[in-house]
Amino acid sequence: MFYRDNKPEVGKEARLKFAVKALAVGVIAGIAMVGGASAQNVKIAFIEGLSGPFGGVGQNQLKHFQYAAERFSGKNANSGVNVEIVPLDSKGSPQEALALLKKATDDGIRFVSQGNGSNVAGVLIDAINKHNERNPGKEVVFLNYAAIDPDFTNSKCSPWHFRFDAGVDMKIEGLTNYMKDQKDIKNVYVIGQNYSFGQQVAKFTADMLAKKRPDIKIVGNELHPLGQVKDFAPYVQKIMAANADTVVTGNWGPDLVLLIRAANAAGFKGNFYTFYAGVIGTPTAIGAAGADRVRMVSYWHPNTAQNEIESVYTGFKQKFNEEFYTVAAVNAVRFLVASVEKAKSTEAVPVARAMAGMKMKGASGEDIEMRASDGALQQAMYITQWTKAGGKDVKFDQEGTGHGFKTVRYLMPQQNTMATTCKMPKR
Amino acid sequence: MSVLNGVSYGLLLFMLSAGLTLIFSMMGVLNFAHASFYMLGAYVAYQFSAWSNFWVGLLIAPIVVAVLGGLFERFLLRKTHKFGHVPELLVTFGLSFVVLEIVQLIWGRTSVDYPIPASMSGSLFKVFDSTFQTYRGFMMLVAVLMLVALYWVIKRTRIGLVIQAALTHPDTTEALGHNVPRVFALVFAGGCALAGLAGVIGGNAFITEPGMAQSVGAIIFVVIVVGGMGSLAGALIASILIGLMQTFAVGLDWSFAGAFTTLGMTITPETFGYPLWKLKLSQVAPILPFLLLVVMLVVRPKGIMGTRDE
Amino acid sequence: MNSALKPLQFKPLNGVRIVVWSAFAFILLTLPVFFTSSFAMTLLCLTGIAAVACMSYNMLLGQTGMLSFGHAVYTGLGTFVAIHAMNKIVGGWWIPMWMIPLVGGLAGLAFGALLGYVTTRKSGTPFAMITLGIGELVFASALMFPEFFGGEAGINSNRTAGKEMWVNLGLSFGPQLQVYYLIAIYLLVCTAAMYAFTLTPLGRIANAVRDNAERAEFVGYDTRLVRYLMLMASSFFAGIAGGLTAINVEAATADLLHGVRSGSYLLFTFLGGVGFFFGPIIGSVLLVFSLVVLSEYTKAWQLYVGIVFLIMVVYAPGGFSALIMLNLRRVKYGEWRKMRWPYAGMFFFGLIALWGFAAIVEMAYQLKVVEGSGAALTVAGIPLNCQSLASWLIAFAVLVVGSAGFEYWRRKFVAVWDSGEERIAEAIKKAEAAIV
Repeated sequence: MFYRDNKPEVGKEARLKFAVKALAVGVIAGIAMVGGASAQNVKIAFIEGLSGPFGGVGQNQLKHFQYAAERFSGKNANSGVNVEIVPLDSKGSPQEALALLKKATDDGIRFVSQGNGSNVAGVLIDAINKHNERNPGKEVVFLNYAAIDPDFTNSKCSPWHFRFDAGVDMKIEGLTNYMKDQKDIKNVYVIGQNYSFGQQVAKFTADMLAKKRPDIKIVGNELHPLGQVKDFAPYVQKIMAANADTVVTGNWGPDLVLLIRAANAAGFKGNFYTFYAGVIGTPTAIGAAGADRVRMVSYWHPNTAQNEIESVYTGFKQKFNEEFYTVAAVNAVRFLVASVEKAKSTEAVPVARAMAGMKMKGASGEDIEMRASDGALQQAMYITQWTKAGGKDVKFDQEGTGHGFKTVRYLMPQQNTMATTCKMPKR
Repeated sequence: MSVLNGVSYGLLLFMLSAGLTLIFSMMGVLNFAHASFYMLGAYVAYQFSAWSNFWVGLLIAPIVVAVLGGLFERFLLRKTHKFGHVPELLVTFGLSFVVLEIVQLIWGRTSVDYPIPASMSGSLFKVFDSTFQTYRGFMMLVAVLMLVALYWVIKRTRIGLVIQAALTHPDTTEALGHNVPRVFALVFAGGCALAGLAGVIGGNAFITEPGMAQSVGAIIFVVIVVGGMGSLAGALIASILIGLMQTFAVGLDWSFAGAFTTLGMTITPETFGYPLWKLKLSQVAPILPFLLLVVMLVVRPKGIMGTRDE
Repeated sequence: MNSALKPLQFKPLNGVRIVVWSAFAFILLTLPVFFTSSFAMTLLCLTGIAAVACMSYNMLLGQTGMLSFGHAVYTGLGTFVAIHAMNKIVGGWWIPMWMIPLVGGLAGLAFGALLGYVTTRKSGTPFAMITLGIGELVFASALMFPEFFGGEAGINSNRTAGKEMWVNLGLSFGPQLQVYYLIAIYLLVCTAAMYAFTLTPLGRIANAVRDNAERAEFVGYDTRLVRYLMLMASSFFAGIAGGLTAINVEAATADLLHGVRSGSYLLFTFLGGVGFFFGPIIGSVLLVFSLVVLSEYTKAWQLYVGIVFLIMVVYAPGGFSALIMLNLRRVKYGEWRKMRWPYAGMFFFGLIALWGFAAIVEMAYQLKVVEGSGAALTVAGIPLNCQSLASWLIAFAVLVVGSAGFEYWRRKFVAVWDSGEERIAEAIKKAEAAIV
């Protein structure tokens, strides 16, 4: 700061005023220098449960964002646009997330990111819509990295919401496109947690399989309360009694681990198609029990054939000793930086307009696009299998378990794309 | 097969609720942190099995948990005894918070890798296609041994007699030269040890993670209310009943809608209350214990083996 | 039951009462002048709602001696019904928006009547366990019926709906300030109503049931009925708090019903103090402070809250309000001056010990994230390094010195306090003798 050289003896207030003026001049100069090396700073308020029962996942995601900002902004971005992550602990509660949203807007933060829990995301989207309507000139943009309720890009779509994860519908579109070619699948059993996500998995799986492979029988469609089941043995009995060879489950966390362990104990031989086998802690808990039978649909994994961000993966692991898997964090930062560059502004409205329809290269070298019509990122999808590490297919194992994910199918973005019912209001 | 699964799960529930019932019937204290001691047992056993092997954990973890429980009783719980039962409950409630935070501080916020010993991960026997894991058999064995030992200690040993006496007539027992506060500390530590033991064998059969205490906490309360407050036999019956009920309910796809259809009524998504009618019994299986609690309170408030109505 | 849990038998003059209530109203009126940022405004609104909820909780715990682990059921269901009512306004129903909290209250009352019929069959610890079970049941059901509870995403609404109605007097409730004043008015009215309720015969019998249920039964009161009525009254006010939440947040999600929320009502009501009517208001300030503000400063906030709670249960079961009132009593009898130095000493060394303890806890937490964030940290502005032995030794030394100093002054304090107690007892005896 050059004001120090000028008048070191002036009072604090005067210095502050001068600093503000200097800053304003700097910002104006920065905007004037088209594509120049002005160091613009953009803050993302990272509103997530960082303590409490799901604090572990939240802390891990925060590290993803901080690392993504370190690697893809500031001195590592051509324009020098710097992304700063401001963590705010919502404890997973929608109500507190709203209070923190107010805090963020008070502090002049215009970009908000959240992902764990569609309940919080839904409330945030609604609150941001209202905030932007009631406070013109102070708009806020929501960068959703993991809340995948399809409603957010269909019936509840918002011009201020951009989703970097793939929706449930997109994931199951990809998954069923893979399953339809597997001739040995005959009897599918769908089991999930009884809440919106589990219900959507059940519905989309049944609908899409019926269209693509009418000969596959859905032999069971089970919903159990979220996080209430301690003993999955009876469920596995039921799956086996139904003669299922394949289980599709939206379960995550303990519910997923317990299901797989119980299946192992009972000697169930079929495959599991999952969505969240890679979330922190889950690979450790699955361990050898799930080898060669747990499959996962995801938009990225470390053992992809063309890994554009391998150095990010290894760098993250080296720095935090945790697995890197949320590529959505990287994409959120990259899209934000590129949008600020394109809009030549750090205000929410021009950045949102720049982000809509923006195209880039994805983590596997594919073409990804932030679709303007619904704010959903169109990206590739992988079907992977939990396999013993070593060999060229599984270069990296997960959490030191000696097992890792191997690609069994790569699906181009256009193979998972879904039509949207969204009537997007003007941004 | 379902019977075996149900009974083995029920027996685990009993191991958990036995310690709670013991403490409650002896001291009148409802130990809200009981499930936290269960969690501690699992984590300590994990730590020891990582350092050496499972059997060392099985031996040491209950002792460690008992010592921690005893210390808690001596330095915090005893001080609130004079204030009455509600503050006693509150102090254990506070403890459950602190234990959860400390567990997360030491072992992290995600699950730990606490595997079933390889010698018992095989199958004990087979029924049709499905196997019954040796470890489940081991769980049942430990639970039954514990039940027998517990019965023997309370009914047949001198210390058991003193405990029973201290419970009903603390002043007289004290006058006879027995250290009643120490007896209480012993009972509390013993109850915690049982929870710890349940943690050791439940932690790897299921999952060892910071949420495990909360996930069983409510269920074991249901067990001891349904069984009758303070009755060990009632706790045993209620545990097995709940274990069997949950297991069998999962297998049944009954719903009100189905029942109505059988009766010749038509149920469509437009029918009033459809969300309730369409729920299948298998979907609500895990919350059946809580429904059982409600039914029990309406029909027989003192519980299965309860003696008092209050 | 501990004597500190009993209400203060202290009848202030009506003049004092008018002053207290006017001051309360005045503070509520002028707070927005000092807290202008929208975040502070949000905190005020949350505190106001929490105050209604905690006071309604205290009708159970403090007044009737019923320890409930499921109070969030009534606030949460109140919110859900209120949200549905708000959406009816959007759909054209004629309900003024400011009456929505009453809708929530009626919903709370209805659910209290339904669930309370079962739970109040027991008292004491069995009641506590049953409320926990019912809480789990309701929470699990919430996720099972997405048609009513909106599934995981919950239900949204819009509080500006129906703003053209003449009864709204031109208020749209869009700006947070209007919502604040709505909450403030409800808080004032509910506080007055709940206070008045403590003076009714039912409120008095509830105290009797709390202190000695057997005797109350013997005198001829149906204690179960008393518990049932108290639970219904309490859930009515809890429902109002839920309805205010619906307006404030404009959304209802299943986590509102979760046991964790019930637990925090219990925890903070107790910390505030169950023995005095105003205790839960202090509790609600602490609740919002720890959940929203403290958690910004330290990751270990739950550990601190848990430990403070343990210490309070063991050493000061009357909560903060009892501490305040005990000291006010000293002031009244002119004893407070003698305690100045012990207090100062305890405060000074207490702070030192607290720093040592906080340093240890914060360093332990830092060890967990050392790979990402480095080993350096500051505790109250003092730099430390969680991987250096010196830092740990310093923290332990400070903790030991602070604790020793605290203990020294605490002993002095106890001596002064006890002698003061004797003098006060004597003064009271003299005063009584003078009247006779």
